[in-house]
Amino acid sequence: MGIDSKKISGELFTLTYGALVAELLRDLESPLAVNRQLDKMGYNIGLRLADDLLAKNSQIQRCTDMHQVADVLAKVALRSYLGITAQVSNWSARNDEFSLVLESNPLAEFVEVPPELAQDLRYSQILCGAIRGALEMMHMEVQTFIVQEQSQSVEIRVKFIRILQESVPPGDD
Amino acid sequence: MLVQHVFIINRAGSLIYDWDGKSDCTGIEKTFSYPLDIVLDIVDQKVTVVFGERDGIGLRYTVSAINGIPVQACKIIFGGVEKMVLDVIQDEANYPLSIRFQPPTITTNEKIILSSTFHSLYTIAAQLSPVMKSSGIEVLYTNHFKLYCYQSTTGVKFVVVGSLSLNSGVDGLLRRIYELYADFALKNPFYSIDMPIRCQRFDDAIRNLIERQDKFSMLTI
Repeated sequence: MGIDSKKISGELFTLTYGALVAELLRDLESPLAVNRQLDKMGYNIGLRLADDLLAKNSQIQRCTDMHQVADVLAKVALRSYLGITAQVSNWSARNDEFSLVLESNPLAEFVEVPPELAQDLRYSQILCGAIRGALEMMHMEVQTFIVQEQSQSVEIRVKFIRILQESVPPGDD
Repeated sequence: MLVQHVFIINRAGSLIYDWDGKSDCTGIEKTFSYPLDIVLDIVDQKVTVVFGERDGIGLRYTVSAINGIPVQACKIIFGGVEKMVLDVIQDEANYPLSIRFQPPTITTNEKIILSSTFHSLYTIAAQLSPVMKSSGIEVLYTNHFKLYCYQSTTGVKFVVVGSLSLNSGVDGLLRRIYELYADFALKNPFYSIDMPIRCQRFDDAIRNLIERQDKFSMLTI
């Protein structure tokens, strides 16, 4: 049933995502609109993925600072769902902002973005949305965006905005 | 069964799922002569035992049939005429009467109300704590049952109500229910988060899980 962790061919996932992006580029008027749609899709995925991650990893407790968030994202979440780990770097002076650097981005394994799109399209924007949605379920509002996206690597910036105090469950505040 | 109820309560305190392990609990039927020594009254529009327990007929049992005729709330078609059940029972001319009593059950509305109440009690328990950072209610014992509650970091509560014999493996059981929730509710694209879960595959998975739990508990006795 659903409980066993099923493995999927990474290539099938990459190609499916590629088909999704290509379809959105055909449907929507501009790469910027595609970015927004990918982010929204990622956000909806993240809302649901948070509970899956928490259900299977009982060691993850409520994060009380951004270093814990970074550790969970880089070492547990990305490994669970993308089969990679990320480097955490470029901390801000206030420790509320950091970068996740994915050296080998599985979404972009066979992808070469055409020059006319490269300026505006954020191919892996869905990851930003997913992180934002998942952290919202963990009662944190964050801002996420792609700083840099090369052929195989991507740098995602995560910036803490505020704790969503109104949704923190009792006993966790 | 060791596990009698499973409830899932969403982040706002609303019941979104309940599973009831109660097998058909047959009522008790007896023939009575006048005057009836069991004291009956109308409680929540049902003719309810309020005093005079005997022969397995306990307090809060309700009248479900008289002479084989089913009771509707507190009325019955008796002698071709709709009458109040209490009037039929008080009329000596009707005796002897065969009366069926049904044990109390929890309605869906009551489950919804009780879930909201538990949500509030959970919060109060955390706030009453004499030390910082206390959780809410995790285990609740009574003389007849135990209630276990697990609240996820996202704020969803998973509640298991079991018999006093339910001891081992409850933490694991709650965790597995959480995993099933993540799999069969959240990964179902047609399920809206925080809405009631109506999904046959989820029902089946919960039932299988609890049956395995029962077997496991038997082996450890």
